[in-house]
Amino acid sequence: MDNPILTLTGVGKRFPGVVALRGISLEVGRGEGHVLLGENGAGKSTLINLLGGVYAADDGAITFDGKPYRPRTPTDAFRAGIRVVHQELSMLMQMTVAENLMFERLPQRRGVVDYRETNRRAAQLLEEVGLDVRPTTQVARLGVAQMQLIEIAKTLVFESKLLILDEPTATLTAKEVDRLFAILRRLKARGVTIVYISHRLQEIGEIGDRVTVLRDGQLVATRDLAGLTTAEIVRMMVGRTVTDERAFHADVAVSGEALRVVGLKRNALAPEVSFSVGKGEIVGVAGLVGSGRTETARAIFGADPKVAGEIHVDGARVAIESPRDAVQSGLCLMTEDRKGQGLLLGMSCAQNITITDLAKISRNGLLDRAGERAAATRLVADLRIKTPSIDQIVRNFSGGNQQKVVIAKWLFRGSKVLLCDEPTRGIDVGAREEIYELLWTLAAEGRGVLFISSDLPELMAVCHRILVFANGRIVGEVGRAEFDQHRILSMAYEEHGRE
Amino acid sequence: MNEDRGRGPAVGVSNAILRFGLREAGVAVALALIVIFFSLTAPYFATPENFLKIFVQIGINTVLASGMTFVILTGGIDLSVGSVLALCTVVGALIMTNANLPFAVSIPLALLGCMGVGSLCGFVNGFIVEQWKVPSFIVTLGMLNVASGAARVLSNNATITGLPQPFIDFGNLIVFGVFPSIFLVAIGVILIGWFVLRFTVFGRFIYAIGTNEEAVRLSGHNPRTYKIAAFVISGLTAGVAAMVYLLRLNVGSPIAGIGYELNAIAAVIIGGTSLAGGKGSIVGTLVGACIIQVLSTGLQLFGVGDNVKPIVIGTVIVLAVVLDAYRDRFLRVIESR
Repeated sequence: MDNPILTLTGVGKRFPGVVALRGISLEVGRGEGHVLLGENGAGKSTLINLLGGVYAADDGAITFDGKPYRPRTPTDAFRAGIRVVHQELSMLMQMTVAENLMFERLPQRRGVVDYRETNRRAAQLLEEVGLDVRPTTQVARLGVAQMQLIEIAKTLVFESKLLILDEPTATLTAKEVDRLFAILRRLKARGVTIVYISHRLQEIGEIGDRVTVLRDGQLVATRDLAGLTTAEIVRMMVGRTVTDERAFHADVAVSGEALRVVGLKRNALAPEVSFSVGKGEIVGVAGLVGSGRTETARAIFGADPKVAGEIHVDGARVAIESPRDAVQSGLCLMTEDRKGQGLLLGMSCAQNITITDLAKISRNGLLDRAGERAAATRLVADLRIKTPSIDQIVRNFSGGNQQKVVIAKWLFRGSKVLLCDEPTRGIDVGAREEIYELLWTLAAEGRGVLFISSDLPELMAVCHRILVFANGRIVGEVGRAEFDQHRILSMAYEEHGRE
Repeated sequence: MNEDRGRGPAVGVSNAILRFGLREAGVAVALALIVIFFSLTAPYFATPENFLKIFVQIGINTVLASGMTFVILTGGIDLSVGSVLALCTVVGALIMTNANLPFAVSIPLALLGCMGVGSLCGFVNGFIVEQWKVPSFIVTLGMLNVASGAARVLSNNATITGLPQPFIDFGNLIVFGVFPSIFLVAIGVILIGWFVLRFTVFGRFIYAIGTNEEAVRLSGHNPRTYKIAAFVISGLTAGVAAMVYLLRLNVGSPIAGIGYELNAIAAVIIGGTSLAGGKGSIVGTLVGACIIQVLSTGLQLFGVGDNVKPIVIGTVIVLAVVLDAYRDRFLRVIESR
């Protein structure tokens, strides 16, 4: 390629226990629309975070606009001419549209903000991107779509050369998406290069010239979009196949239903969700981020509100209004945010395990420390948690051991239904296998397990059955005999585009 | 950080000792150094009379700060304790000066009244904080004013004197010639607080909520109850502190306790409890209260005037928090080795 604006050579990034990116070599041409595709966890976010100065690359080299590029902070990226619009918008909510647009370069006169000039320039920019809001409007009063367009309009203030968009259309309506693309085309016409991440395969042709597919942190291929079919793209994304299924316990030994959910509605507009999990069964939940998997699990558990729906545990209907009700009914939730919501990071292994049921290790409100130590020691041994002592602070544990502590705390409580949300996220391969083994054992003992994961091969290796979520609904159910990555991914992606 | 294989058990044991000991040990060493410094340099500092005086003087702040420790451990703050103390001194004094009651009835009744009024103020604080998710800083700032106004109304803006003689005598009592009764009351409160925080399910919840409230909620508990209870405890100790105030000054006054809340917070923070919650102890709070008082007395004996004293104490408060950040980093390094 002649004179590319961005060149990556052998770029890699590791996190403790995980290789997030490996040997990425890629060229993006000037004025190109370059689409990044890949399943959840394929490494797209890591890649844009490297470009945006959030992380530093461990290996390889990046050249931007003819110069070596090693940003240490987002500000470096910014100054170099790279603008990243993340999924989570960072607006100054209480300030005006004009102030937001011009914030990093507010026109001043002797140290005093020149608001007339600020508003005049902002009005110009808004007109240029075709956004019909007044510069003096407070940002908090705008919709998400308009905020997103303001983020993009900022590109013009700094004459950025490269604009990176992370799933900008995830929350937009069809009309707003059209508007967004019109603006992006205008930017392209001005020579701005655009790197675009999206899960909606239907729309990427609107803006993209070429596509790069990532899988498991590696680059699968870079292809021209012209003439490429959706089916071909999905085939590139479909990852490794897990061939080793020795450990899988195919037979569900216990009969009866552990959990049944009937007509669960998270809010007035959300679709109804119904499914069941048998005793001894591990039911996988596949779907893209934002497809409503986590939200459904949280609603079942009472962590977030629901407006309708029945929940049956062990054949009996239960009323769940709070996590407390859920836990008393025999449910447990292992959240995807292990550190933020699952663990008491600054407290000991033993204290983390017993927090679910302090009544068991106390009498008349007084802690029975010996009993606590005995119970914790037993679970640490049973689950093979690697720690020199149960008094260790869990903050220092590896991801795998932290996850085991989370499982241990629910075993201590005696939960019958396990709702596991991304239980192997950020955990290395060896520890993952141990978590699978553990879940099989727990299921075989008669518990029901709901296993949410963005790692399809993992779901196919571990589960008896997989539910596919898209747009908040269950769009398909696949039995073990019919497991097929291509089929499941197609369900998740095709339904995702429709609305 | 994430590497935890290959550590011997011996490392684990020493870690545990460090973790449980170092937080308080650092503050205790600081106190010892300050005491030694003044003993060597300030005239009359190292005398029995002086230590006796210090023991009496730390009483009120220690009691207030012990309840404050509960609130701060959950991640909250209670600015109302000074005013609540004033209100309670008025309530207690009014009950004890009621001519129709024999002192054997009126003194216990006054104690109950103080504890009741204090607890009620604390409950109102906690309930508003939890029900409407208002920052405790704001709610207790409001209570600071409300309780202060209530104290003025109730007392007609006058000090109340004429407490029963046995009560005054008890306040002047020095057990075994070493321990003033006021000091023993304070130590009693500290012991109860220490026991509750360390050995009860309730105490465990206080620490757990301060560490990660959402994790506690998702573990199937309702943090609300415990957080409200922490405010009730803070109000309760303000009531007890009011009785200590009456023992010491023998006067119920609507303008008592001005600024006491800040001294109490300072004792908790100097004692190593984190304002973010979850970390700290009530023993640390006792040591923190001692440091403040020893500094104050020592500087006085040094001839440093009342105008300069606040400068030194203010510096110490900030220094304690800065050092705390370093201590945390140090502890983390040790733990992760």
